[in-house]
Amino acid sequence: MEETPHRRRAHTRSRDLERYAGLFAARTGVMRSSAMRDLMAVTARPEVISLAGGLPDTSTFPASTFAAQMTRIAQESTAEALQYGPTEGFAETVDCILEVMGAEGMLPDPDDVIVTTGGQQAIDLVCKTLVDPGDVVICEAPTYPGAVPVFCSYQAETIQIECDGDGMRIDELEAVLERLDSEGRRPKFVYTVPSFQNPAGVTMSLERRRRLVELARLHELLVVEDNPYGLLRFGGEPLPPLYQLDGGDFVIYIGTLSKILSPGIRLGWAVAPPPVMEKIVLGKQASDLCTSTLTQHFVREYFGEGRWREYIADLVEIYRGRRDVMIEALREHFPAQASWTEPQGGLFIWATLPEYIDTSDLLAKALREDVAFVPGQAAFVDEGRGRNSMRLNFSGVGDEEIREGVRRIGKAIAEQVDLYDALTVENRPEDSPGMPQGSPGMPGREAEDMPADVKTKPSSGPGHDLIPPGPDEGAVLPFRRKEGTA
Amino acid sequence: MLKGGRSLERGVSLRSGARVEDALERLGHEPLPIDAGGDLVKRLVAEQPDVVFVAMHGPGGEDGTVQELLEILGLPFTGPGVAACARCIDKVLAKHELRGDGVPTPDWFAFNETAFRELGAADALGELEQRLGFPLVVKPSRGGSALGVKFAASWFEVPEALVSAFSYDERVLLERFVEGRELAVSVLGGEPLPIVEAIPGDGDRYDFEARYEIGRTGFACPAELGEAEAAAVRGAALGAYAALGCSGFSRVDLILGQDGPQVLEVNAIPGLTDTSLLPQAAEAAGMSFEQLVEKILELALKPAAA
Repeated sequence: MEETPHRRRAHTRSRDLERYAGLFAARTGVMRSSAMRDLMAVTARPEVISLAGGLPDTSTFPASTFAAQMTRIAQESTAEALQYGPTEGFAETVDCILEVMGAEGMLPDPDDVIVTTGGQQAIDLVCKTLVDPGDVVICEAPTYPGAVPVFCSYQAETIQIECDGDGMRIDELEAVLERLDSEGRRPKFVYTVPSFQNPAGVTMSLERRRRLVELARLHELLVVEDNPYGLLRFGGEPLPPLYQLDGGDFVIYIGTLSKILSPGIRLGWAVAPPPVMEKIVLGKQASDLCTSTLTQHFVREYFGEGRWREYIADLVEIYRGRRDVMIEALREHFPAQASWTEPQGGLFIWATLPEYIDTSDLLAKALREDVAFVPGQAAFVDEGRGRNSMRLNFSGVGDEEIREGVRRIGKAIAEQVDLYDALTVENRPEDSPGMPQGSPGMPGREAEDMPADVKTKPSSGPGHDLIPPGPDEGAVLPFRRKEGTA
Repeated sequence: MLKGGRSLERGVSLRSGARVEDALERLGHEPLPIDAGGDLVKRLVAEQPDVVFVAMHGPGGEDGTVQELLEILGLPFTGPGVAACARCIDKVLAKHELRGDGVPTPDWFAFNETAFRELGAADALGELEQRLGFPLVVKPSRGGSALGVKFAASWFEVPEALVSAFSYDERVLLERFVEGRELAVSVLGGEPLPIVEAIPGDGDRYDFEARYEIGRTGFACPAELGEAEAAAVRGAALGAYAALGCSGFSRVDLILGQDGPQVLEVNAIPGLTDTSLLPQAAEAAGMSFEQLVEKILELALKPAAA
């Protein structure tokens, strides 16, 4: 690498910046998040225990199986595996997809299926097909963090509906639909991850699923059901997907093999009614012509072996154990004021902290202890929401790391809780004394920990040193504990 | 070429480093990029470079730590020395120095966590309203960019802002909010470069996000200022540069309020990314990025030239 000269472009000068800025599409103005990217750059350090990822465990996938399958592809299908394929995907890939959907009781028409480059592309294509700037899109609060930049890049007006333990609050959705109706507006679609939601870990109840499908029919609006985790259930009874309840008239279904086989193969799909599918196919053609044919061959080989259900069963066992470990660790190390979801499947737990804790700042503190999570803000379109929440992943790291990671985050939170208590009056004794004169640790007296050659001048001028109030002027503080912080 | 490291500004540092490295190659040097980690000293000893370009930001690379190591190893390096770095990174210490030298800086109080946890400092916060007024700015003493900086519009918001700021450092300052134009003066070898003004878009505060995202913040360089105003701003910047003992290069951030310029902070090693202010200021002075890098190297090798 070091041998290659000038592999980087020249420094961008400020007039170039202006020129580019003048060329940017309006939608780039609403694309977000470099602060988060910069914090995430630190989470990539190898010593960091990352509970921030959404990574499935791929370590148990047998290397010999992988090698045998790829060899077979090379021996039997080189030409086809290296060639372009149909935009909709190979029929054989669709057969595999039907098998997976069948495992959850869905029986779509193969012609309604398109193979995509991961589920993420399916979200993008659905938006590309349906959303004009300013159109209303409805989703959960919190929603899948990866959907936020997609909605933003299509300049949707995104409305997020609160979730509780039974998933999206359908009563709130109804109220929003009514309000929009009275304004003469109709949302383009309702995006939901009904099972083991990312990031909240909650699952929409059967009753709410039925009601959502009814509402979709009533208002003739589309529901986009994103279901990456449906087969990763470790507890409770399976629930029918919205697609099955609706029959596919008003539900666009998005699936992926990322969590049940491999995210690296980038294989997902969408199922949509024919008129919508026609446009999605055109969109896909414009985006990347077709999904990797090599990947599709791999999928065909893998499903041909007929062991995919066993592999999922193995994953489910691993994740069940890790979820238990994480919940146990949360009970031990998180403060009493914190709450969290206890998912019956999937990869994530959503924890909510006292309102005064901003988890982006907490992340900075946690990173000093070499542990990372996703700040809740990432799951909201409006800046400011979700600030006291976090997403914790339990699928990507082992038991010991989960315990240690949660312990470190818990310690950082406990320090913040203690500090807040010290800062608010209600928790303080009534007769708490004013600060004594000459207390150590105040500015101007802290030079001991600086390098020896740093000189500290005596401070001068008014108002820049903490001068403690005398006993008679002990300030009455208007600080109050924020409401509802428990 | 030292870059990266463990600070929260690692990402910015990697971008600064990549730009500098490329310029060094174009200038015909042989840069050896090192992502500062556990093997830093070993590698420096093994490689024995002619000069070390420090493109690190935040604690570790910008606070005198790396500089101290380089002094021990006897290697010349770019940017300010140990003492100046240590003063600049610590806003509280820096403000004491500035006040001591008569350089204007907004009024402030500083606290460390112990004061609140063990000494009941919350009871002293009542003084704040009279002394500083609202809104006020709460920031970690050490920490680059705008990470952990919060505005408190009233008493009610102070505890929360303190909890945030203490996430970055065990010492925080509460500073009088000064309304005015946001200016930056980069100083290169003791000479001020043209003044840059940051013009936040969409009523955004000039925050961390805006700082590093093309198109989020508008910049004017040179800033449109009257001659007397510009002279006062340059004077304050040079005063700050001298008060903190900087050498090589640094960037002074100021607010130009009703009562003239007030120095907010001095960045010992300012960013050198595509959107950074020092390269923009150099360009306005007619220097290409390569010329800027060459000049910084010269200053490192011949400190007397500063």
